[in-house]
Amino acid sequence: MDQCNTCLLMMGCPEVPVQMSIVLYLSNKLKKSGRDVTVAGTDAALKLLKVSDIEGHYVEKAMDIDQCIADIVEKKINFDCCFAFMHSDAGLTYAATMSAISPAKLYAVIFGKNAESLSDSVDFPAEKIVAKAVHNPVPLKSKIDRVIV
Amino acid sequence: MSCVEQMKYKLYLERISFKEARDYIEKSSEEVYYVDPGYKIFKDYYIIGVPPVAMGVRGKEMLFTYVKPCHGTFVMGIDSEEEIARLRENENEKMKRSLKKGAMEDKKRLQQLPVSFNEIYGN
Repeated sequence: MDQCNTCLLMMGCPEVPVQMSIVLYLSNKLKKSGRDVTVAGTDAALKLLKVSDIEGHYVEKAMDIDQCIADIVEKKINFDCCFAFMHSDAGLTYAATMSAISPAKLYAVIFGKNAESLSDSVDFPAEKIVAKAVHNPVPLKSKIDRVIV
Repeated sequence: MSCVEQMKYKLYLERISFKEARDYIEKSSEEVYYVDPGYKIFKDYYIIGVPPVAMGVRGKEMLFTYVKPCHGTFVMGIDSEEEIARLRENENEKMKRSLKKGAMEDKKRLQQLPVSFNEIYGN
């Protein structure tokens, strides 16, 4: 993590409750350690984020996930590391895309009911952070704390 | 919203896994091309996918995967001779690059080969 000055938190579908709390927690943690954090997500996920952090205490920069992919491909932006949140095949597909288009160090944050089987499907270079968490964010928070001290 | 959603498209499969979508394209197309994730089609859609990302051609129609975070993967078809021509051109370029790379590696190998019998056996 030492060389990660710019971080992207790429959210998946916001239907699993733990995602938003972990995104806010992780963003705050990275920000407090002096890193520049951007959060990308769908329209719904960004609205949840904005309402949860109305004054931007935890997240200063947010952008649409497809625009983020487009800007990375067009080399308009890049990041030193990316946390790709996933609890479904679509989330995994976005993470695989990030792995292919960006040299950023990739962390696959895998959660939800099928976290373990989804984790087995990750066959691209990524450090996996896995917890079978749906409503309770504590198991995922603990795993994140072990990776980002 | 991507420009793809505003075009005249056909939806062949919806809310499936990426692998299922790739299998469908491979089985249902007359020609199959593989592109890298991030390959741009039409005005502003960058393909999201797990490599190898299959793109199909069936008549005048291009088949491709469309991924939405909350809805999974879709297989869409859009008539576009322009995009099909670009796919074929992209494949030709890949072939040329691969041949050129092969030729450079051959040349490098030849340069590394000993030049004379004496160099091999002479002491």
